[in-house]
Amino acid sequence: MEALISLLIGVLTAGGVYLCLRSHTFPVVLGLTLLSYAVNLFLFMMGRLVIGQPPIISADASGYADPIPQALVLTAIVISFAMTAFIIVLALKARTEMGNDHVDGKDVS
Amino acid sequence: MGLAYLTLIPFIGAAFTTVSTRLGRYSSAWVAVLTTIASLSLMLPLINDVMAGQTIIQQTSQWMPSLGLNIAFRLDGLSLLFTLMILLIGLVVIIYARYYLSPRDSMGRFYAYLLLFMGSMLGIVLSENILQLLMFWELTSLSSFLLISYWQQREEASRGARMALAITGGGGLAMLGGFLLLGKIAGSYELSVILSAGDVIRQHALYPYMLVLILLGVFTKSAQFPFHFWLPNAMAAPTPVSSYLHSATMVKAGIFLLARLFPALSGTPEWTWIVTLTGLITFLTGAYIALFKHDMKALLAYSTISHLGLIVMLFGIGTPLAVVAGIFHIMNHAIFKASLFMLAGIVDHETGTRDMRQLRGLRRYMPYTALLTVIAAASMAGIPFFNGFLSKEMFFAETVEHGSGMALPWLLPLVVTIGGIFAAAYSIRIAHNVFFNGETEDLPKTPHEPSRGLQIPVEILVVLCLLIGIFPAQIAGPLLSVVVASTLQATPPEYHLAIWHGINPALIMSMIAVAGGILVYRSRERLFKLQARFDGAFEAKRLYNGAMRRLFNWSSSITMNADNLSQKRMLWILFVAAIVMGASGFIVHDSPLAGTRPMLPIDPMSAMVALIMIAAGISTVIMHQQRFTALVLVSAVGLGVALTFIKFSAPDLALTQLSVEFITAVLLLLALFFLPQTTPDETDRLRQGRDIVIALLAGSGVAALSYAVLTREYTTIADYFISNSVSGGGGANVVNVLLVDFRGFDTMGEITVLSLAGIGIYAMLDKLKLLSPKQDADGRPWNPDTHPLIMSTFSRLLLPLALMVSIFILLRGHNLPGGGFIAGLVTSVALIVQYLANGVEWTRSKLPSNTHPVIGSGLLIAATTGVASWYFGYPFLTSTFDHFYIPLLGELELASAMAFDLGVYLVVVGTSLLILINLGLIHQVSYQPRTVKKALTTPSAATDSGKTSSRSAVIKKVMPWKH
Repeated sequence: MEALISLLIGVLTAGGVYLCLRSHTFPVVLGLTLLSYAVNLFLFMMGRLVIGQPPIISADASGYADPIPQALVLTAIVISFAMTAFIIVLALKARTEMGNDHVDGKDVS
Repeated sequence: MGLAYLTLIPFIGAAFTTVSTRLGRYSSAWVAVLTTIASLSLMLPLINDVMAGQTIIQQTSQWMPSLGLNIAFRLDGLSLLFTLMILLIGLVVIIYARYYLSPRDSMGRFYAYLLLFMGSMLGIVLSENILQLLMFWELTSLSSFLLISYWQQREEASRGARMALAITGGGGLAMLGGFLLLGKIAGSYELSVILSAGDVIRQHALYPYMLVLILLGVFTKSAQFPFHFWLPNAMAAPTPVSSYLHSATMVKAGIFLLARLFPALSGTPEWTWIVTLTGLITFLTGAYIALFKHDMKALLAYSTISHLGLIVMLFGIGTPLAVVAGIFHIMNHAIFKASLFMLAGIVDHETGTRDMRQLRGLRRYMPYTALLTVIAAASMAGIPFFNGFLSKEMFFAETVEHGSGMALPWLLPLVVTIGGIFAAAYSIRIAHNVFFNGETEDLPKTPHEPSRGLQIPVEILVVLCLLIGIFPAQIAGPLLSVVVASTLQATPPEYHLAIWHGINPALIMSMIAVAGGILVYRSRERLFKLQARFDGAFEAKRLYNGAMRRLFNWSSSITMNADNLSQKRMLWILFVAAIVMGASGFIVHDSPLAGTRPMLPIDPMSAMVALIMIAAGISTVIMHQQRFTALVLVSAVGLGVALTFIKFSAPDLALTQLSVEFITAVLLLLALFFLPQTTPDETDRLRQGRDIVIALLAGSGVAALSYAVLTREYTTIADYFISNSVSGGGGANVVNVLLVDFRGFDTMGEITVLSLAGIGIYAMLDKLKLLSPKQDADGRPWNPDTHPLIMSTFSRLLLPLALMVSIFILLRGHNLPGGGFIAGLVTSVALIVQYLANGVEWTRSKLPSNTHPVIGSGLLIAATTGVASWYFGYPFLTSTFDHFYIPLLGELELASAMAFDLGVYLVVVGTSLLILINLGLIHQVSYQPRTVKKALTTPSAATDSGKTSSRSAVIKKVMPWKH
């Protein structure tokens, strides 16, 4: 399972990095989204893979998953939403001000 | 607490002055006057104790005890003298400026800056903790920057201000180092400890380094050679500022520090040599240059430098009597120099020029001003019966005394007398050249006596010059002895304040200086010609400018080499650097990739989800040119992430991910409407190949890292949170308790960031006009049926249910999966569905579209919950909980953290709606569905044509509204 998850994180990272290096805004936003999935998963996995032990205190629980990475990632998800929103609106603004959707505001090249 | 308030009042006053300008032009001057008087009145009850020789120390609060940084104030003789100078001369300058500033200048801004400066200056002289002192020290640098650049439209003002800031700020940095060393050596940052630890400090191995660092701060601030050049350039400031900062207060801050730390640092050969020599050189160069300056203010600036050098030299000599002379001269110089600056301002104000080659014979037009100037200048020249004479004579006596111990006993008195000759010469010049010396011709304005408001402040100071000059022991004596005692931290030496001490070397030196000054002044024309040959050859300002220019060129060349304004390149560098650093970690340590932790078996369901995610991720990349398809694929990955969270025991994360996914998808769809629907083909295959290599390296690196981590055991601090969650936080859902209680401060920061992002987006979208495409990429018109009936009906039915669910999630969040973040997102989703299904117009008529108040109240609730714990004597955001019995509902547990969670909820709802509604509103403005018969260009034709022509076809295809 660990190998599969690592592969998954790796694929998402590779895809995110590749799309971030594109020269138009929309693919870059998609790349950032992929990259933030990968980062969030990676951070979350720092608590190791635990199945069926949510960190909710109860008398008959056999154990708990690490709540710290979860709390970190929860806010990270919300913040990455805000970041994605900010960047996509920035892309819209650039689109109207520059007349194109190149990341550097240049014409398509 | 009195001293803390005394220091705080000017800062509060500064805030009021800017507001008060609405009540009329001069109200800010009144606010400034009242502020100063308020500070003075807080001072009065303490004066008696201080004059009786007491030191008042007020520990206000501990700020950062671990760093030794306390807020503590100290009032003794030395601080009393400076406080009086700052407040009284400040008061005089405030009145003067009220009449000096022209109607074009903003009074509110001026007085705000001036009061800021006054408060900072008070902070320096009243600080007990030297770190606190340093903060005020830097504040004076900043506020003086604002004051010097007050006339922002003038080039020389901003240049002079920058120079002053760079020099004094750099010195402040050196002083920080010095203070840290001093605190380390003395074992405390409190002055009372430092001042009594002189012997330990002087014998410490680090003493020389510490001394040099502190002296760098002192010399830059007090314009000592070779850092003196910022002061003449700061004369671009309005004259009241020069009169206040550059004669009486700011430049004296360095000298204050010399006096303050005198018992701790002085008495070593290093101290004597460095301080005395610097003072002497400054005294001589300042006096010499001053004579040759034709601008009245420049002359005064160099003379200030020279007098500061004189005082510094006295502290360098360091005998108790020298200290008496130094302190007495601080007083006298502040009085006569402030009045001279004001007089120069009057001349400038009434004639329109300060150039002494143009000015002459003004006594006919302004006889009274002439009289005042003659008195102040006589004091500066050191003529008997004026206050400057007394301290200057003491200075001469000290140099004779100090020189007698050297190999050539006559050398120091001789050199100093030469300086005195120049000092007398420039003093005579400023009075004689301007007010006598023939008749005026072609002045910009016909001069006349100024208004009383400009004269009264000068009169006050000039009368003081005379009073101290004639009755020194009665007027200045008591204060002086207290100041000296507190400076030396010992009983003051025997000294006698009087005009006549009999014929002694000092008197002879004084007489030679005055007589020589007259001679030099008479032959000034010849000297000016001689000096003109060397003009600008050795100017420190040029060295400074050259150095600054090189520094700027260097830094901009570095910047431009790193950043060619291409985002791709920056990211490329970033990714490669990360890969290199990560790879080096793998290479340097040769432990095996896999650890010993047993792996979990793969079940078919997880394998399927993971493979779907991998496939969707890869397809997103491959299909990214088809933007809509890529968006759908990326959302599929997001849903997979939510499933992964579920699988691995993180229900809260799964809920968050699910709702965020929905909002993000809607957001990206809205945005995509205004963007081209496809991405054109890459032209540079080589770059594309390079990017693929980088991406694969990054991906395999992260995969290897994850694998290495996941197969290793680890220790966590989570046990503490798990065992204390119920007992300490009152909630069973540890993730939520972490968010709102244990790490509540982080969450507070996060919701603030979230609101800022929302408001930033609002600002960007405000007044943004987007061109809306009339048809999609394939030339098809939009569907005119924007709000299908079934969807809108169902959405309206669903809304109450969805809201109920979200409130349920909010309330149970403390114990079961849920909480403010998730509930907020669910509410947003429910509301966004309304917008989607029913249209923006309909929904806006039902719901307020301005969600700023929601965000604001959310932040307010969260912050209030935090502050409320202060009220009960606990640290910020300490939560409490209790069990309540409510009829019908039964026993209910309420935690104060739930109020905090409510704040989080409101911020999340407000922000996500703010973003989407505003984007949607732009849609509403620009989106008009209409049926178009047939697209103007047939897209199929474009795909066949060659590369160059296909680009224009692509543009047509991507941006059909361009045609």
